Amino acid sequence: MTFLTLPRHALLAATAATALALAAGTGSAQTPDDVLIVGQIAEPQALDPAAVTAVNDFRILMNMYDGLVRYKDGTLEVEPALASEWSISEDGTVYTFTLREGVTFHDGSAFDAEAVKFNFDRMLDEEHPYHDTGPFPLAFFFSAVQDVAVIDAQTVQFTLNAPYAPFLTNLAYPTGLIVSPAAVREHGADFGRNPSGTGAFTFDEWRSNEAVVVQANPDYWDGAPELQTVVFRPITDANTRTAEMLAGGIDLMVEVPPVALSEFQGDAFSVHEQAGPHVWFLILNAKEGPFADVRVRQAANYAVNKQAIVDDVLEGTAEVAAGPIPPAFAWAYNEELAPYPYDPDRARELIAEAGAEGSELTFYVTEGGSGMLDPVAMGTAIQADLQAVGFDVTIETYEWNTFLGNVNPGLEGKADMAEMAWMTNDPDTLPFLALRTEAWPDQGGFNSGYYSNPEVDALLEAARVETDQDERARLYREMQVIVHEDAPWVFVANWKQNAVTSDRVEDFSLQPSFFLLLDDVTKN
Amino acid sequence: MTGYILKRLVSAIPVLLGISVIVFLIMALIPGDPATAILGSYATPENVEKLNRDLGLDQGLVARYFIWLGNMLQGDFGRSFALNRPVIDEVLDRFGATLILAGTSFVLCSILGIAAGVVSAARQYGFADKAITFVVLLGISIPSFFLGMMMILIFAVKLRWFPVSGMWPIYGDRNFLVLLDHLAMPALALAVVATGVVARLARSAMLEVLRQDFIRTARAKGVRERRVIWRHALRAAMVSIIPVLGIQAGFVLSGAVYIEMVFQWPGVGRMLVDAILKRDILLVQGGVVFIAACYVMFNILVDVAQALLDPRIKT
Repeated sequence: MTFLTLPRHALLAATAATALALAAGTGSAQTPDDVLIVGQIAEPQALDPAAVTAVNDFRILMNMYDGLVRYKDGTLEVEPALASEWSISEDGTVYTFTLREGVTFHDGSAFDAEAVKFNFDRMLDEEHPYHDTGPFPLAFFFSAVQDVAVIDAQTVQFTLNAPYAPFLTNLAYPTGLIVSPAAVREHGADFGRNPSGTGAFTFDEWRSNEAVVVQANPDYWDGAPELQTVVFRPITDANTRTAEMLAGGIDLMVEVPPVALSEFQGDAFSVHEQAGPHVWFLILNAKEGPFADVRVRQAANYAVNKQAIVDDVLEGTAEVAAGPIPPAFAWAYNEELAPYPYDPDRARELIAEAGAEGSELTFYVTEGGSGMLDPVAMGTAIQADLQAVGFDVTIETYEWNTFLGNVNPGLEGKADMAEMAWMTNDPDTLPFLALRTEAWPDQGGFNSGYYSNPEVDALLEAARVETDQDERARLYREMQVIVHEDAPWVFVANWKQNAVTSDRVEDFSLQPSFFLLLDDVTKN
Repeated sequence: MTGYILKRLVSAIPVLLGISVIVFLIMALIPGDPATAILGSYATPENVEKLNRDLGLDQGLVARYFIWLGNMLQGDFGRSFALNRPVIDEVLDRFGATLILAGTSFVLCSILGIAAGVVSAARQYGFADKAITFVVLLGISIPSFFLGMMMILIFAVKLRWFPVSGMWPIYGDRNFLVLLDHLAMPALALAVVATGVVARLARSAMLEVLRQDFIRTARAKGVRERRVIWRHALRAAMVSIIPVLGIQAGFVLSGAVYIEMVFQWPGVGRMLVDAILKRDILLVQGGVVFIAACYVMFNILVDVAQALLDPRIKT
């Protein structure tokens, strides 16, 4: 047995190490009081609202900054924030904002009209001395802005080059959040790692790949938050994020995978759900092939069992979509619109009428991507439904960026249908960019299926310049009816965003905007 | 010896240049560009073109390569646009974490693997040999990411012995014990497969050596069995074990990608996966070149170690 000496030493060492690790015993540590630990889906890109594009980053930013306006709690309607009131000129091109008095940035500098002008000039004016602190990929939300003028310290005036109704909702979007000019001047391109705003929480530290820490702002103009500290932890793997939540390492988890939801039943956790401005759909190639016939497009809408996809594949984390505008935009949504029912017999009839029996279809599916939910499983279910009514469907699967590179330039000559999903801040965005004739890919839009209906074009153009909200809503409702009938897409699902909180967290609710607002949250 | 080392170092230069060309071309040729990845739904051709201009991606392929190479030779790896910080800062930060993880795993798999192999060989066909062979086969067959997930489920969620993920706790001191606590599961999960490979190789290398004349001579001279195995036989067997350890070092380093994803270890593997998905070109290129350089250096070290053990190799 002499040769066992060395392994025995090794074994001893290993045992000792394990014992030491166990003695350190931080494994089951509870998170501290007054500190909320949030499990995020990724490391933020930057904490500069003008420079980022991901919802993941917005979740942090909305707690550190304010915009001139914001979404009213629980809705997608605009209410005052840093601007206490505003007026819009008759022709809809001049917006004059009165700013809230006595607000200061976290770095102590004053919030005033000059600061607002600085923010928009930095994004929009290529000659601005701090334009090089970008790039600012979403600056085009404000491309209608011709000029920002300081009237006096508390009044700022935006002049647009044409009436543009979504302007106010774009201001409520994170791209419109106001940063401290003093901090931008001090840190330049590193502002994104040394942020300063006016929001409920002030920046404390950013430990790369570990955590972003923010502290309560006791002087917040809208009332100091209840929590002392919030820690945002990037945990990219959904299974690991679930495990952290179960083990008590985080207090709040966003984007719970549908299959993991059952783990959180019971008193120790609360599951939150909120439908948002999201549509998941199939682009149909209306230019060539079987889907050039409206009857075949309608047939596809009848053939796909959307309820089964929502219930079984997505485990109830989405609702069946009826049209191109998600119901979260309550003011613009057409309540009378019902989703295409699941009716394979009707689908077969329509296909027979069109003489499209046995058509071969190429179907682009992605492996995953922003807002795409569970695209492979959903694509497979859709394929089976379409096969059942007599199509011969071939799936081609691509990684997200490759997929976008294939789909965005248009489906002509490549495919008959493709998966797609959008999250937007205004009912205007998706139809305007993806359903108009002038939005065909060769003209720089996202109408990859070449849908074209002059009536829809006219309604969308009119809605865009209409400043009367009720009239705008009427135009959108009319547009939805036509698009529903023309079926340029198969309308599949509206995602319900979810989150889980531990039983120590109270007063938390998700917003339809998909932002994460934490200033009223408490923890016991 | 110095001449040999110099020769090996010079031969590494074309290898690294080749790697830089390959990684540059891969990033340039894969479909999807950074602007599309950043803009997502809003990637109109107009927006993409403007952003590409802002990112400096509107220049020709050859020009871009030489600008990158030139900057790199001066120590400037560029700036990651997805993380908004210098590539070299990010890579060094992350590489430290990976070295701790992969290094621990490497030491674990070397010690456990060699020990298991030697015991197996010394007790060929005995109970210990059969038990070890069984465990080793099991270890080789389980994918490390699956093992990692199971470990999290059992030891972190159910038993709560270890933290689920990360390298440091969000709160509290940062000392060696705390690090060990976070390191235990990922390092073990990463070491399992490599341990199996090393054990199998060590076993056959030892069996080979134990059949040789000098072992019989040693035994005949009355050297104690423990000494025969651990001094005489193992030293001779190390000549064929060490190159495999070098290969396993690379294996552990690449296997770290999965383990870092599962355990959210802030290492370079997870960084590269994220960077590739976001088409963060400079971060991918800089990261790959840096890792490749380290790997080449490590191989040179292994070769030198081997040359020291067996002078015949140095030719």
